[in-house]
Amino acid sequence: MSDTAVTLTSKKDWASDQEVRWCPGCGDYGILQAVQQLMPDLGITPESTVFISGIGCSSRFPYYMNTYGMHSIHGRAPAIATGLAVARPDLDVWVITGDGDGLSIGGNHLIHALRRNVNLKILLFNNRIYGLTKGQYSPTSELGKVTKSTPFGSIDPPFNPLAVALGAEASFVARTHDLDRKHMMDVFRAAHEHRGASFVEIYQNCNVFNDGQFNDVTKRTVRDEMMIDLVHGEPILFGAERQRGVMMADDGFLRIVEVAEVGIERILVHDVAHPFPSLAFALARLNTDDHSPTPFGVFRAVDRPEYTSAVANQLARASETKGPGDLETLLRSNGTWLVD
Amino acid sequence: MTDTIERSGEPADSAVLDRLVVRFAGDSGDGMQLTGDRFTSVSASFGNDLSTLPDFPAEIRAPAGTVNGVSSFQVHISDHDITTPGDEPNVLVAMNPAALKADLERLEIGGTLIINEDAFDERGLEKAEYDTNPLEDGTVNPYRVIKVPMTSLTKDACEPLGVKPRDAERSKNFFALGLVSFMYTRPIQPTLDWIQQKFGKNEQVAGANTAAFKAGFAFGETTEQVGHRYEVKPAQLPPGEYTSITGNTALAWGLVAAGQLAKLPITLGSYPITPASDILHELSRHKHFGIRTVQAEDEIAAVGMALGAAFAGHLGVTATSGPGVALKSETVSLAMSIELPLLVIDIQRGGPSTGLPTKTEAADLNLALFGRHGEAPIPVVASYSPAQCFHAAIEAVRIALKYRTPVILLSDGYLANGSEPWRLPDVSTLPDISVPFQTEFNGTDDQGNPIYLPYLRDADTLARPWAIPGTPGLMHRVGGLEKADKTGNVNYTPENHQLMGDLRQAKIDRIADDYAPTEVIGDEDADMCILGWGSTWAAIHAAVQRQRRAGHKLAWIHLEHLNPLPNDLGDLLRRFDKVLVPELNKGQLCNLVRGKYLVDATSVSKVAGLPFRTREIEAAIEEARAS
Repeated sequence: MSDTAVTLTSKKDWASDQEVRWCPGCGDYGILQAVQQLMPDLGITPESTVFISGIGCSSRFPYYMNTYGMHSIHGRAPAIATGLAVARPDLDVWVITGDGDGLSIGGNHLIHALRRNVNLKILLFNNRIYGLTKGQYSPTSELGKVTKSTPFGSIDPPFNPLAVALGAEASFVARTHDLDRKHMMDVFRAAHEHRGASFVEIYQNCNVFNDGQFNDVTKRTVRDEMMIDLVHGEPILFGAERQRGVMMADDGFLRIVEVAEVGIERILVHDVAHPFPSLAFALARLNTDDHSPTPFGVFRAVDRPEYTSAVANQLARASETKGPGDLETLLRSNGTWLVD
Repeated sequence: MTDTIERSGEPADSAVLDRLVVRFAGDSGDGMQLTGDRFTSVSASFGNDLSTLPDFPAEIRAPAGTVNGVSSFQVHISDHDITTPGDEPNVLVAMNPAALKADLERLEIGGTLIINEDAFDERGLEKAEYDTNPLEDGTVNPYRVIKVPMTSLTKDACEPLGVKPRDAERSKNFFALGLVSFMYTRPIQPTLDWIQQKFGKNEQVAGANTAAFKAGFAFGETTEQVGHRYEVKPAQLPPGEYTSITGNTALAWGLVAAGQLAKLPITLGSYPITPASDILHELSRHKHFGIRTVQAEDEIAAVGMALGAAFAGHLGVTATSGPGVALKSETVSLAMSIELPLLVIDIQRGGPSTGLPTKTEAADLNLALFGRHGEAPIPVVASYSPAQCFHAAIEAVRIALKYRTPVILLSDGYLANGSEPWRLPDVSTLPDISVPFQTEFNGTDDQGNPIYLPYLRDADTLARPWAIPGTPGLMHRVGGLEKADKTGNVNYTPENHQLMGDLRQAKIDRIADDYAPTEVIGDEDADMCILGWGSTWAAIHAAVQRQRRAGHKLAWIHLEHLNPLPNDLGDLLRRFDKVLVPELNKGQLCNLVRGKYLVDATSVSKVAGLPFRTREIEAAIEEARAS
């Protein structure tokens, strides 16, 4: 595939001939556009790319990509993708999942794919609701949320997807949202460049069952004051005049402060490569709800041994020391005797 | 039993037995499995035919000295072809009172009972819940009892080596092995060599085990109590090169072979579960065959990884036991629906639920045949002897690849851990089971442009093409939603769903066209036919042989393919007035053939966590004959 890898593709090469069937106005359209537009820039080919999804609205995604793909089982995409990547480290493997698929029924596979650091690009569409089953609360729904299955309000505390990923030792963790194609493309590109498991949470609007969930943060009119753009090596500043920032207080906790009050030197400088995940974790927990300033971008990107390479290395070492497997030798390996 | 030991002539210094069943029983920590294994290996290399039954508790160390903690190993050796580990042991080695309590009733009346006398103190008797000492209250009167203070003699033997008494005590199983080796004329050098090889790194342990083994042998030689020596001559097995093999090892090697015969790398996803874990262990050692093994986070992930690897063009395999199969069910349905090759190995154990993890049963047949949602027929292959697991693995893989379907391969705990001599196959005669990947377009669109149709089927097999990622132009999507015929696009129309359901069933049905005609063993003109599957083969084989030798006509059909069943099976079964179906379940195959062929078959059922005894099968045959 070395010859084809340099072939230039265009956006239309990545779109399948299938009619896209999400609800009109769904945030998923924007994400699909961003991915299809990004793909030609990555220097990869459709035939060497695989999209594996689970079940849910987001998981229809592979049908719309002109690549290899599997719309699999609820929650199981990370496991299936792990087998695929272990078998074929030459492939570009993407996992498409949602808050229910990835954090409820498939939580176990997600954390273990991250722990192993399998070379997968995992995009989790977080709309804080079950859409395909028509509107039950999800593991990322806020406390008190009234849905069909919680008429008196949800009593389940939600997961914070980034905190879960960081707790699972994820080597790449990022957040983006469905209203900003360029931001999505930048984050997806960074996820693709990372060697290992890349976890991207995408704030995604479900305009039918949970419309406007992220409006207080991602709407164009409030974005400047509510979105905190994380840039590696730069002080963490936001606001129309970049007048606010994130500071580590003397008690070790992160605080949002006015730069004028504390001085720019007290503002935290973002470091995606910090060996300890504590800072990324603190940033992931900075916003406590969808109505307060929320960090976006890459939280963490560290080098850690990648799983499929480790598997391949063990195979290569075994072949070096033992030579290629020989069946005749194997069958005699426990000792034999002759009967005349 | 009348023919347990056919003694040839009067016992002389060394009398000849045609066969011998020895059962080593002791505490879980006493090393009985190791002792049994050694006795087996030595007998195998000596040339006896043999069959073994390891029998141990699920607890790694149940409370020492209790009946729950008893671990046993039964081995049957002979100078002729045998298939079972023997109904009743002729010799029972009981290392403590609990072992005596657990296993005495198995010993044939008049059989030899070798007792570690030291363990029958007050504390030992109390732990085994004996109110009176069975060595003194008449319990052991029906047997030939050889009382040996094994613990103290082992300590004495190890003392000159400077081994602490407590450490020395751990070698008492080698004392027992030495004694039995003397009594039954086993070669000693292989065991001495083996001790060096196994424990050589720890000089003191190797020394203690060697000293104990020699002391046991010498005790036999010098003590009148032991009496005559016996020997079991080598069996007249067909000429060839043999190895001693357990079912799980044979199965793992069969997979290695299948990968080579299919020219495909293997990816195994597996989650540890008794009694299947040894397949994961074994395959993990053979990375130089290009085998990738992943110890998955759970059973569902394990099969998911195998399926992902299959999509990528590998031979995807997962190995588990019943509880794991239940968890994998949804993924097997997906594999069936997206029509990719996948091998699911079920080493059955006693169920339901956690059940009897270390005991055998064959009650997952219904699960394998029907344990999926929707109409999801898949092939089921069953192995029937430890060594035959090798060929069963190849056959299961052959079907999976040729028909692009998940296959369930059934084995069980008895086959998995039991061993027998295996005449090595001529590797060059093993079948080529490779299938080509799709690399070219296979259709045209409305405008006449070449396209790839992932569900365009082979006219003969109805298998769909297998195009793997990396193949230019053949990008396609598969998924659990119903697929349109040929294009594989999502399709919800009633006509298409009917068609695809019919095609999926027809594809599986066609697999039976590959089978050789069903073999009827024994008398084709008999009134009665035994229909078996799986590990009951051993006991049925022995029972059929004895019945026919006694002059009774009897036919026997043993199935390797449980789905689809052989095309000729219904006609064959209808020829017989009586059909008996022995199974280690409540009659699952029996119900199937009754329903499918309207044959008045009778179930012979056992769900005790143990294989059938030969005489249990014989009793069922005799009862049926009389009725």
